[in-house]
Amino acid sequence: MELFINQVLAGISTGAIYACMALAVVMIYQAIDHLNFAQGEMAMFSTFIAWQMMQWGVPYWWAFILTIIVSFLGGILIERLLFKPLAKAPVLTNVAGFIALFAIINSVAGLIWDFTIKQFPSPFGSSPFLGSQLISTHQAGMIGVTVVLLIALFLFFRFTRVGLAMRAAATVPESARLVGINTSWMIALGWGMASAIGAIAGILVAPVVFLEPNMMGGVLIYGFAAAVLGGLSSPLGAVIGGFLVGIFENLAGTYIPGVGNELKLPIALALIITVLVVKPNGLMGHTVVKRV
Amino acid sequence: MSTVQETFATTKSPSTELPAGKSNALGRNLSLLILLVMLVVPLFVRNFVIFQITMVLIYGIAVLALNILTGGSGQFSLGQSAFYALGAYTSGILMEHLGVNYALTLPVAGMVCFAAGFLFGFPALRLSGIYLALATFALAVAMPQLLKLGIFEHWTGGVQGLVVTKPDAPFDLPISQDAWLYYFTLAVTLVIYITSIFLLKSRSGRAMMAIRDNEIAASAMGVDVSLYKTLAFGISAGITGIAGGLGAIAVQFVAPDSYTIQLAIALFLGMVVGGVGWLPGSFAGAAFIVFVPNLAEEISKGLSGAFFGVLLLVVIYLVPHGAKQVATFAESLIDKLRKT
Repeated sequence: MELFINQVLAGISTGAIYACMALAVVMIYQAIDHLNFAQGEMAMFSTFIAWQMMQWGVPYWWAFILTIIVSFLGGILIERLLFKPLAKAPVLTNVAGFIALFAIINSVAGLIWDFTIKQFPSPFGSSPFLGSQLISTHQAGMIGVTVVLLIALFLFFRFTRVGLAMRAAATVPESARLVGINTSWMIALGWGMASAIGAIAGILVAPVVFLEPNMMGGVLIYGFAAAVLGGLSSPLGAVIGGFLVGIFENLAGTYIPGVGNELKLPIALALIITVLVVKPNGLMGHTVVKRV
Repeated sequence: MSTVQETFATTKSPSTELPAGKSNALGRNLSLLILLVMLVVPLFVRNFVIFQITMVLIYGIAVLALNILTGGSGQFSLGQSAFYALGAYTSGILMEHLGVNYALTLPVAGMVCFAAGFLFGFPALRLSGIYLALATFALAVAMPQLLKLGIFEHWTGGVQGLVVTKPDAPFDLPISQDAWLYYFTLAVTLVIYITSIFLLKSRSGRAMMAIRDNEIAASAMGVDVSLYKTLAFGISAGITGIAGGLGAIAVQFVAPDSYTIQLAIALFLGMVVGGVGWLPGSFAGAAFIVFVPNLAEEISKGLSGAFFGVLLLVVIYLVPHGAKQVATFAESLIDKLRKT
């Protein structure tokens, strides 16, 4: 029983990261109807920026905040430069754009910081949390930061003018434009926020998976799995999906024989396929009706 | 059916419009000329260059497979590297563990990949394109880990991979192994290329293109949409598998980390550069993905990814039809020069 609880808690803490990634993916999907395949690489790059600042002697939390700001601006910049011109282009062109971004960021990160594995500090330490053997302080910290982030986002989208405008622009762009919302900038803002959320996920997960240019590959696949499980059109679903996927991953690793670390990615793949077969709209997504 | 693919059309100026009625294949004279050049080339170049041209042909087959899927049926896959890997391992295992003749392993690799593609595509294809891209992306990322699995290690060689023996030329022909493999690959390429052209012209090909152009209209006309989509995906996977098998024989080595998402990106780039839906372009795209990384690596190590990415962006913004557009432009330029 102890093992079970332990694994569930560990699952929740990695699930927090998947929830962040899924949230970032869903935010961009909501805004432009495309999946951002470069989301993981963007988060990786942000994490490297944070690492570089710390190498220069910037204190952890300052580096954290500065990185989020830089990532936010970077996200907006990418949208303005690369994806705004592609807004009306077919799906294939957009996928090509994302793939290009993936390759460029991965390669440039390798070029600047090379491919060796780097240690990334955790501000929470790794001692047992509140004296219990179940989870470490870093895991508890990951859950804590994610929960705070989610509440902040919820309040932002529920009670602020900008948040409401962003939601309006994502759901009914034409009507939103008619009431005077600058939908184009709302999309850019969505990109910026997705990029910032990704940066947080990257910084939180870096102490666990270690810092290197390919570190987010697996995390992104789990983020996708979480987003699909929650339904691509629902931010809340994405978060719930993230936690569920995290728990599932840990339990599968513990109780299914033959599933160790080496099978982590195939599990995510199996999860995506299963959801697509059984419930294509996910837990909380809504059906899109196509008209002729 | 012979009109230009609009899968990749963007909001560009009318100058990107290509003349209608151009066939999917090159003109007959030009094709024969290229074939002739391909036949004599190995007599004049070093073995390493022959190997590189062999790789161009092999990647060309893989890009062609993607082209059938994307240009033919309008779906796209980011997981071609997984089927390429599956084909390579099928060939490698058959040759090294069971002692099967290399030429016979290719049809088996093709069939295994066709079956795998068909099964994998079945769930994903019921949904819109973005889900297929997602599922195939996940497949490509997960594939190296699957290949490293402990339980298959006896067959796959685990992380170490498998060493594949390079075949000698048969009938005591006085040519090097590389040259023989080149001719062998060329023959396979020709068979696949011609079959693909006939496939796209056939009833099934027309059904696929109908789906590409308008899925709802196609289904209203009685085309079994999910069957043809899955079939296109299976065929594409099968051809990729044959390319993978050839690749294993040419490189003489299969290992999990040769078949990462980077390979899938390269193949995708090859298709975009060559022009989506234009079969001859596949080989232009393949030449690109074989030779350009070498150039980029000479400037700086690890730069090829960035180079690929930037070029992909340049192509989708400036020449959305890729090599096809360049070819058409050159043709019209020659016409103009003749008239003046």
